[in-house]
Amino acid sequence: MKAVVVQFPGSNADWDAMRALRDVVNVPTEFVFHKSATLPKGTDLVVLPGGFAHGDYLRCGAIARFSPIMADVRRHAEQGGFLLGICNGFQVLTEAGLLPGALTRNAHLRFECRDVRVRVESEGAFTAGLLGDELRIPIAHAEGRYQADEATVAMLEKERRVAFRYVGDNPNGSRNDIAGVYGGPKRNVLGLMPHPERACEPALGSADGKKILAAITRATLAR
Amino acid sequence: MSEPVVDAALAREHGLSNEEYERACSALGRVPSFTELGVFSVMWSEHCSYKSSRVHLSRLPTKGRRVIQGPGENAGVVDIGDGWTAVFKMESHNHPSYIEPYQGAATGVGGILRDVFTMGARPVALMNSLRFGAPDHPKTRGLMTGVVAGIAGYGNAIGVPTVAGDVQFDSAYNGNILVNAFALGVAKKDKLFYGRAAGVGNPILYVGARTGRDGIHGATMASAEFDEESEAKRPTVQVGDPFMEKLLLEACLEIFNANILEGVQDMGAAGLTSSTVEMAGRAGTGVELDLDLVPRRAKKLLPYEILLSESQERMVMVARKGMEDRVLEICKKWDLDACVIGRVTDTGRWVIKATPGYDPLSGEPLPSEDQKKVFVDIPVPVLTDDAPKYERPCVEDPRKQERFAFDASALPFDGKTDLLSLLSSPNVGSRAWVYRQYDHIVRVGTAVRPGAADAAVIRVFCDDSMTGTTPMPREKWLAVKSDCNGRFCELDPKTGAQMAVAEVCRNLACVGAEAIGLTDCLNFGSAQRPEIMAQFRDAIDGMRDACLALDVPIVSGNVSLYNETEGADGPQAILPTPMLGAVGLFDKPNDVVTMGFKRSGDVVALLGPVGEGALGGSEFVWTKTGKIQGKPPTIDLAMEARLQKLLVSLARRGLLSSAHDCAEGGIAVALAECTIATNTGATVSVPNGTSTASALFGEDPTRVIVSFLPQQEELVRRAASEAAVPLLVLGKTGGDSLSLEGGPSWTVYELAVAHAKALEPVVG
Repeated sequence: MKAVVVQFPGSNADWDAMRALRDVVNVPTEFVFHKSATLPKGTDLVVLPGGFAHGDYLRCGAIARFSPIMADVRRHAEQGGFLLGICNGFQVLTEAGLLPGALTRNAHLRFECRDVRVRVESEGAFTAGLLGDELRIPIAHAEGRYQADEATVAMLEKERRVAFRYVGDNPNGSRNDIAGVYGGPKRNVLGLMPHPERACEPALGSADGKKILAAITRATLAR
Repeated sequence: MSEPVVDAALAREHGLSNEEYERACSALGRVPSFTELGVFSVMWSEHCSYKSSRVHLSRLPTKGRRVIQGPGENAGVVDIGDGWTAVFKMESHNHPSYIEPYQGAATGVGGILRDVFTMGARPVALMNSLRFGAPDHPKTRGLMTGVVAGIAGYGNAIGVPTVAGDVQFDSAYNGNILVNAFALGVAKKDKLFYGRAAGVGNPILYVGARTGRDGIHGATMASAEFDEESEAKRPTVQVGDPFMEKLLLEACLEIFNANILEGVQDMGAAGLTSSTVEMAGRAGTGVELDLDLVPRRAKKLLPYEILLSESQERMVMVARKGMEDRVLEICKKWDLDACVIGRVTDTGRWVIKATPGYDPLSGEPLPSEDQKKVFVDIPVPVLTDDAPKYERPCVEDPRKQERFAFDASALPFDGKTDLLSLLSSPNVGSRAWVYRQYDHIVRVGTAVRPGAADAAVIRVFCDDSMTGTTPMPREKWLAVKSDCNGRFCELDPKTGAQMAVAEVCRNLACVGAEAIGLTDCLNFGSAQRPEIMAQFRDAIDGMRDACLALDVPIVSGNVSLYNETEGADGPQAILPTPMLGAVGLFDKPNDVVTMGFKRSGDVVALLGPVGEGALGGSEFVWTKTGKIQGKPPTIDLAMEARLQKLLVSLARRGLLSSAHDCAEGGIAVALAECTIATNTGATVSVPNGTSTASALFGEDPTRVIVSFLPQQEELVRRAASEAAVPLLVLGKTGGDSLSLEGGPSWTVYELAVAHAKALEPVVG
């Protein structure tokens, strides 16, 4: 299995994803700079990490979708390859149209960093065997309020594409408490605001995030 | 456009006294040019020259077995073993943050990060020490909201976790807030970089953001008191771009790794001028710059403006001869502007050339060599080592004894309600509103988060590239904390400073880390007033005593004077606030101790002397009277040293379940915080009973609440006795209340509610 973490200028949780995949889940992982035209051969999983790609100028993720690597990332996803967008990566995926909806300013208008509880709401490559589980994972964002029109939200609910929902309290005002969304032709694309890669080691307070990264590893090996 | 005529009057407008102007003339043997006057004004400003503080700073202990680089460089460097170093510094951004809180605080973070990564270090943690005016002062809310948002806006974006800090309020800061930013990085010992323009003939490169007019004379502004017009100085506040800085950081680390640089320095206060002057000064060389080549974003910049601009996110690099193309190539990868702007010379002079009237933004071709004119030609030492240095008069504040006379025992006291009001004081209670706005977990190293212990604990990866390309990097575990109780310093600067050093190191010891180095940020009022200089002198003496007793060196720092505002009753200075940032090192990850009680049935004990129950300058007196008064506690530094050694040794032996130091609000607040942190109650008997405020809320230093398993009690007792540190068992953990024997009790829930609402009166 091969994982790739895309480095946009302004990515800052690229290292977090690298650490979790390479050192904790033990998946061979490499960085790919956003100016590359293609993903390395044999890439199974692409991670768009957290951060402030291109400074988040204009809108979060709005410029990153034009980075040269994104054409190949799109091809990878359209062909059913696994694609994970965490936090800023989720914002990039919605801006690129790879996932529906948008992430807007938190309802309380502040950046918020703390642990939240999310419940796994549907099965998929990233959540196989986790349905109904509650995970404690941190958030760290100012623009994490998931928004979409009525029809889109209804479609997501009907197709069970809501992957994660906040439990207890909703930290940003997301519609239907949505914390993560599935997409792609084979539910092979996942975007979520919480940071599973920052919750993979007990020393950091929670290892719940490791379950998500381990699930995608199992799914890859099962292919 | 003709330049203004330079004379003593123009020099005064530039903040230079008549004597200083004469000194400049005689150093040059002529009247300085207008551009040179600007250079003198910034380089001889308090901010850059430390002219009033240098005589005192030399008394601080700066050496130690781990010290690789002490004060005088961009940041201090301390050995953390296995070929790795901790690189850190704290710096003030007080004046700009008062004028424009968001940008002032943001650029404070940006500046301190550059100081650290120019040394070759990957930044791994940030802290901030903030002081605001009275919680109910009309400006406090806006200033605090803006400052916190500014710190968050910069630190979060660049991806360095803000893991600790402290916030205090006092009316003395109404007109002069403090924003002190700390950054810590790690670097390989054999790959440290210094701000030296070494190697005659080596090219000097400009890297990063283009130069604009922002921040011109920022250093001079930071060297004067505030008056009514200060807020009109908003244009002299710099504007930060964390995205640019992130690119600069990554590009710099890549350049450092390529072994192509001789020296590097951030363009901070006084921009291109102070950076290149200091680099030449340290290397004993000269510098020649051609301003025609400087990238710019504002039209028609004069040499004067280019030299004094404080545009952010810019660096000066001295490359090895022939390696400049490699530097430019890496900058291109990161989409950064970079170009050669000059050379290192052997003349010992700082020479600036430019073509009068030339503006590259208008599309004109680069002028030829014979069109250029020399705008500045000054011997480097005149601006550095030979800058003015003053031994200003010191006279102790006569009001000191009056304030000592206050008798706190006469104040109304009700243990039950007073503890709740202390916990909900903005100076004591939860800081969650602040630290939740900071990304304190990016870089997956934050093992102890803000609010969970007396200091933050971070795991740092040491690998060659710091980019994650080598498998399973080695780890180092570090603790960081910043602190200073300005009230004690106000009542007695020497003792207050001793206690400030002791407390910040005690905070590290409480989490189980050995203090290995300190950085300071010395915030005081006007150097022109003898009573302020007396505070400064005494605070330095106090810091010195404590550093020597605890065997901790000060490896970097910053002085911020003139933190005062002209008021109706004369000048209103801030509390003397010698802020300290401390870095501690763990032996192993398992040594980490946090403050919350861990389980039912643990023994709760007090380590350290019971103390006299001193209430002078305490939070109790402040909440009751709104004033800083009474005789402050004193400290036994030898006992303090023994206590800290004992704590670290107990942590290393795995004997402690929790540890928390008694600070603002005394033993009662400390116990309450231990229960709130983990929602675990305790039944304890406090020394000296529960019937007086001094027994519950006295703030004697050198006291730590610890808990441990009952079966460890014998070992802990023996260790304490061998260390000659008093140990007094207070009771046991358990239940959902904090109960004081023979006195009041509270549910942990009610304590937590009081604690959680502390900042509500300020920020809603």
